[in-house]
Amino acid sequence: MNVVEKFEHEQIAKLMEGKEIPVFAPGDTVRVAVRVVEGTRERIQNYEGVCIARKNRGLNSSFTVRKLSYGEGVEQVFPLYSQRIASITVVRRGDVRRAKLYYLRGRTGKAARIAEKRDERPKKAGK
Amino acid sequence: MRTGLIARKMGMSRVFTEDGAHIPVTVLKVDDNQVVAQRTTDKDGYTAIQVGTTDAKVKHLTKAQRGHFAKAGVAPRRKLVEFRVSDDALLPVGAELSVNHFVVGQKVDVTGTSKGLGFTGVMARHNFGGMRASHGVSVSHRAHGSTGNNQDPGRVFKGKKMAGHKGDKQITTQSLEVAAIDAENGLILVRGCVPGSKEGYVLINDAVKLKLHEGVPYPAGLVESADAAAPAAEAPAEADAAEEGN
Repeated sequence: MNVVEKFEHEQIAKLMEGKEIPVFAPGDTVRVAVRVVEGTRERIQNYEGVCIARKNRGLNSSFTVRKLSYGEGVEQVFPLYSQRIASITVVRRGDVRRAKLYYLRGRTGKAARIAEKRDERPKKAGK
Repeated sequence: MRTGLIARKMGMSRVFTEDGAHIPVTVLKVDDNQVVAQRTTDKDGYTAIQVGTTDAKVKHLTKAQRGHFAKAGVAPRRKLVEFRVSDDALLPVGAELSVNHFVVGQKVDVTGTSKGLGFTGVMARHNFGGMRASHGVSVSHRAHGSTGNNQDPGRVFKGKKMAGHKGDKQITTQSLEVAAIDAENGLILVRGCVPGSKEGYVLINDAVKLKLHEGVPYPAGLVESADAAAPAAEAPAEADAAEEGN
């Protein structure tokens, strides 16, 4: 491991202390709790939408969330390890066949639907 | 005037701050910087210290170099650099410098050798605009155009920007902020970018355009003493002793 990779590894370990990032993939609907600073006050603002892309680059990882705001498409790119993200919740799991869902950009309404991913396997006994 | 440090550029990364901002940083690795020689006013007419870094194999050194390191009584080093210092910041031969020489928030100047780009045209080298794509221009779309006047002055002025070798020259980037210091791994993280290629040597100095940051160890941050106060008191005395020895 080279010096920069090692440094980034340590950074991730430090940033992840007491924090957990759920497993989520493109197609999932996620709710991102963002810390917003207004003057001196800090509050949490939720941003909910479809994750249309994930970029896995260690410390530089990020994900893109798209939603419709008053009929206008809005996309936001969040650094995965940002300290401004208080939490990430997976609201709904989506069944998609691509890693990047940029095709959603041209679609609205019915055409922009994503089927829900269901775990069809029988549940193990005892659980 | 304090000494500087020799470091190696390892690459770029980012640092997340407490308030969630992330800043781009260049990772510089400081490897066992040691004082190899002194330059004193009596002997040389100016004061400076010669700092060496990166262990070298003895078989790769000339006889003269071997003698130089033997006289200093330090391990042979591959890279030697002289730093001008003021009289009271002179360090004894053999003193090892650490990354704690600099403090977080301080501004530094970083000197490196830029990447060599070979022979390039004026558009790449001097940011010329080139010529038009059409309207009668033929062949010379990326040429520099006219280089001067006619019979008066009858020559091309010196320093005229033309095509030629770009890069591979010394560049100093001034007043970069020290974003973080990793003493354990000997890393200094400087905000922004630094000239040169990865693995290339760079020199880190206190910013010349600004006042010396408060709380920096004077005359230098040394390896042996962990606390910053002790070397400040000891080092000048040691320096005096070393001078007498010479």
